Amino acid sequence: MASKTRKKQQATQVDQAASQANGQAVQLQVPSKPIHFEQTFETYPAGAYTHEELGLSREDLLAIYRNMLLQRRFEERAAQMYGKQKIAGFLHLYIGEEAVSTGAAWSIKIGHDSVITAYRDHGIALALGMTANECMAELFGKIDGCSRGKGGSMHFFKAEKKFFGGHGIVGGHVPLGVGIAFAHKYKEDGGVCLTFFGDGAMGQGTVHESMNLAALYKLPIVFIIENNQYAMGTAVWRAFANTEFYRYAANYNMPGALVDGMDVFSVMKALRKYVALAREYQPSVLEVRTYRYRGHSMSDPAKYRTKEELEAKKKEDPIIRLKSYMLQHGLSTNEELDAIDDDVKKEVQASVEFAEKSPYPPLESIYEDVYAQPDYPFLA
Amino acid sequence: MAIMQFREAIRAAMIEEMERDERVFLIGEEVGQYDGAYKVSEGMLKRFGPKRVIDTPISEAGFAGLGIGAAMNGLRPIVEFMTFNFSFVAFDQLVNNAAKIRYMSGGQFKIPIVFRGPNGAAGQLAATHSTSVESIYSYFPGLKVVAPSNPDDAKGLLKSAIRDDDPVIFLESELMYSMRGEVNEDPEYLIPLGKARIAREGEDVTIVAHSKSYWIALEVADRLAEEGYSAEVIDPRTIRPFDFDTVVQSIKKTNRCVIIDESNPFASVSSEVAFQIQQRAFDYLDAPVLRVTAKDTPAPYAKNLIEYYMPSVDAAYEACKKVMYVD
Repeated sequence: MASKTRKKQQATQVDQAASQANGQAVQLQVPSKPIHFEQTFETYPAGAYTHEELGLSREDLLAIYRNMLLQRRFEERAAQMYGKQKIAGFLHLYIGEEAVSTGAAWSIKIGHDSVITAYRDHGIALALGMTANECMAELFGKIDGCSRGKGGSMHFFKAEKKFFGGHGIVGGHVPLGVGIAFAHKYKEDGGVCLTFFGDGAMGQGTVHESMNLAALYKLPIVFIIENNQYAMGTAVWRAFANTEFYRYAANYNMPGALVDGMDVFSVMKALRKYVALAREYQPSVLEVRTYRYRGHSMSDPAKYRTKEELEAKKKEDPIIRLKSYMLQHGLSTNEELDAIDDDVKKEVQASVEFAEKSPYPPLESIYEDVYAQPDYPFLA
Repeated sequence: MAIMQFREAIRAAMIEEMERDERVFLIGEEVGQYDGAYKVSEGMLKRFGPKRVIDTPISEAGFAGLGIGAAMNGLRPIVEFMTFNFSFVAFDQLVNNAAKIRYMSGGQFKIPIVFRGPNGAAGQLAATHSTSVESIYSYFPGLKVVAPSNPDDAKGLLKSAIRDDDPVIFLESELMYSMRGEVNEDPEYLIPLGKARIAREGEDVTIVAHSKSYWIALEVADRLAEEGYSAEVIDPRTIRPFDFDTVVQSIKKTNRCVIIDESNPFASVSSEVAFQIQQRAFDYLDAPVLRVTAKDTPAPYAKNLIEYYMPSVDAAYEACKKVMYVD
């Protein structure tokens, strides 16, 4: 299968080279009439899809519900622990955006496909099946953390889940996503790379370079712009001349789509399509419109937006939406869903206890994992 | 042994390692169809095809990051910068991603990648195209920095760099590409990273010089020999990790040291080497350590100024005479 696709791919490249050679003369000529382009972008609105058409069973829905709730409760508790100064550094909460991470995780083969994201990474980590224990321990800076206490909130990693991090520089990880996808294609292993980044990253040159390279090399990647409307305290309309980010796809001859990120079904519907395209070496750009309920980080009181705006957005809450859907369709009961919440709260509480008990990294570990070379001569 | 140009030795190393290991590939601007801006990769596209010799747009941050991501996901990229001056466009990728991801992931991801290309000033290219970057990249724990001085070392060190599981910055002096020398043809010829070479033994003064500066050191040693002084010349070959032990052993014998380095002087390789010498061998020194570097300015364009800017044989000779208290 893979080699068949590959042959097709090579043939396409040859065709392109030929048409480019022929096209050079054409490109030199300036047409006398204005140039008009038409472009279509698919949309995935909220409330448009049912669990049946997504092939989701009642058990799937319960698992999805539990996963989103785990992210929510984990981060609520993390915020509390930050207040108690058990957690230091920056803490960027994902609360409100859980449908994006969960919808994405349920659309790939975890451990086979790859995922990379920026610093708001707790949600995607938990969605991929990383444990609350290893995530909370990392926030506490303990040795049992997913990055052995070396990464903190912004730098979660998990090789066995093919989760390539958690990255702290806006836009800096986007080329890495392209490279991860490049390796999937090179190895012909059928994997794709989901590369998440925020609306703020759209101002970075690396994103432009990455999209161009991915489209040029036909890489198995989906660029997922988590547009939560604010890059730190700057609203998108104050930072971008064009705030319709899905349209950037057109510049690189990729398909682009606009997705409602407050509905996990919409995210799954879109992701499944574009992941399948990526497996055929067609990269794409998805703008997923979502909303973060908290400030950019714990130090941000979010005074740049109104209470009314926040309250209006909370009415679209992805967890409440799924809950209502399940109740309306007789797929679950209030009691059953409350029991899940209790169970999740216990898991999160246990993770706090686990993180408390886990030791700090031993001082000699400061020299570990700088180099693969075991006897590297550090300066004393 | 065969006689090869510096560029041919680098090419031979890449070809041998790509034939040995299918995970190794070459990516960069003009490396394929154009055969390399300095013809280092000449013929490689034909030999390995477009899957493994990959032309990029002028997009340094993009393709440097692509290489790092590919290394995280199991490949072993060689990323060519057309010149290391352009690596500054990709600086974040090298110093925040390549250098630090292994550490921040608690050792879960290794980054076996080589960034290579011409380094330093090459005649009258003016300031933006003339920077020597070794001290900049050797500042960052997580990176290794290699700067060979001759074709044989270039081949053996590059093969080691490609096989190394850590990110390596491999610096080729632009003016050395056509230099010829004997090169070992054994496909298992590997020079370990972090081991200096005593290029010439002597008793009276130690000269430490890497890359192109090494050839200045040899000329100075010849000139001193005519006057009856013997200089010991050490080529560190690797800037990070630096083989201080070999340098210190030499100073215990000669009690004097001059460092030649094309970098700007402030916070440079020579600064660190001089510091380490005073820390490790203070009691053995009979004179202050001196250094000969580029001037503390951006590189100028005018012919007379760039010649004045670069470390010269005369200046290095004078420095040696000074530490020996001769004249």
